[in-house]
Amino acid sequence: MSPAEIRDEIIDILGDIAPDENLDDLVDDKNFRDQLELDSMDFLDIVMELRKRHRVQIPEEDYGHLASMQTTVSYLEPKMRDIVKA
Amino acid sequence: MSKNVKPSSFLASRATSLHPAPDIPFPFTLRIFFLVIAPSRVDSLPDSQRIVITGIGLTSPNGNDWQSFRQALLEKRSGVQPYEIRYFGQTLAGICDYDALRYQTKKDLRRGTRAGSVGIYSANEAVKHSGLDWENIDRSRVGIYIGVTEHGNVETENEIYLIKGFDYDTSVWSHHHNPRTVANNPAGEIALNMGVTGPHYTIGAACAAGNAGLIQGAQMLRLDECDVALAGGTSESIHTFGIFASFNSQNALATHSDPAQASRPFDRDRNGIVVAEGGCVYVLERLSDAKQRGAEIYGELAGYAINTDATDFVLPNPERQAECVQLALNRAGLEPEDIDIVSTHATGTNSGDIQECVALGRVFGKCKTVKINNTKSFIGHAMGAAGALELGGNLPAFKDGLVHPTINVDNLDPQCDLPGLVTGEVQEVSGVDYILNNSFGMLGINSVVIIRRV
Repeated sequence: MSPAEIRDEIIDILGDIAPDENLDDLVDDKNFRDQLELDSMDFLDIVMELRKRHRVQIPEEDYGHLASMQTTVSYLEPKMRDIVKA
Repeated sequence: MSKNVKPSSFLASRATSLHPAPDIPFPFTLRIFFLVIAPSRVDSLPDSQRIVITGIGLTSPNGNDWQSFRQALLEKRSGVQPYEIRYFGQTLAGICDYDALRYQTKKDLRRGTRAGSVGIYSANEAVKHSGLDWENIDRSRVGIYIGVTEHGNVETENEIYLIKGFDYDTSVWSHHHNPRTVANNPAGEIALNMGVTGPHYTIGAACAAGNAGLIQGAQMLRLDECDVALAGGTSESIHTFGIFASFNSQNALATHSDPAQASRPFDRDRNGIVVAEGGCVYVLERLSDAKQRGAEIYGELAGYAINTDATDFVLPNPERQAECVQLALNRAGLEPEDIDIVSTHATGTNSGDIQECVALGRVFGKCKTVKINNTKSFIGHAMGAAGALELGGNLPAFKDGLVHPTINVDNLDPQCDLPGLVTGEVQEVSGVDYILNNSFGMLGINSVVIIRRV
């Protein structure tokens, strides 16, 4: 997956996790929590969805990389570059 | 309407006050004297120990508010529909279509449970109906007491179904599983949604749970644990295939070519239970508080009882059921003749219906005026909500004097032929002062609530 495809995937996951939010105006270099109503259970949902959809494992010590879209995509790019988008 | 309608003059005199005008001739004053509400033991209690209903919120398979529900019962509208569930396949169920987004976001619905959502809808509707100044109320003095038949089956089945797609890899088991399945979940979701910081918990009481929630709320008000109790029951049971499969294995799941005719307690051709979802929450307050805020009062708890068969996992015991009814009457200081409507628990099973009729025959066999009906014939068995919903369906009788029938009794089982059983058509009666509501459950739990007109 390319960084743009990884971003699309995260948007898709956020759409499930935060269905009441408008994700069109999401600013990539701004923290998710400053823009969306997300709590710790929601971040676990992101981790869980990546595991279920792509078998990507994110250890707890790396959760901090999921702060914003920009940091999330940067963190995931080496883990997901070999995954072919379905 | 039935031919049993009594003269309207009787109805008028029954509504007369305790103090008849002095110029009324003696025989009439005597008549009026006997037509006031029979005194109950609660009359001797201070207002701070008398518990009243000041709000009702509900969702039922045939109505999403108290008025619509009542209207459906009077119009004999069933809420049973064709239904399909994973693994089990085609069956029938009582399905609710309340507006879940009225009080919850889509995210709330995704994270929570159906039982929680049904409870949230019912509790918010009840508070709205009560006229309580909710924004300014001390919510640390609100208690939430919600009866459930079971909880956690739906959520556990969903997770197992999901991990099956991952070769049973438990690393994809949801972190939401525990908060969804803890036994206090439905009450806790109501507390979260409504910002209630007083006590909250569920009362696990099988199918006696709706009454049990109401009883718990009243007890907590009397103990001054809270000033407002949100009490009743909720059910999400139609979303677990296990309940259908288990009733089916027990030969106790209803089938019928016409869904509306499937739930048929007391009918000779009944063949089991129609499982339903639903919720009913009451706002309970002490009479002193209700009077102080000028609340409209929809009924007063005159008596209640819970006891146990201690004889079988599933088979009822009419002796214990009769004892439970009698205990509630004793606590209320009432005679069987004082009860105007008995709302039965009967679910449409062969044994259960007969045993309840045996119990009721023992207590009410000599009563000439009591009317007996059944609400499950319309909506199926709403499990943890059943007792609360069925009481709610009858409470409007205090005002309209109408007894909704038991529908689908085409061939009355002779063993269920109780005097006063209302079948087929709505009956108008000369006045309703006391309603007795039965609700029984597996493992031999029996509950009875008696509500008085105020």
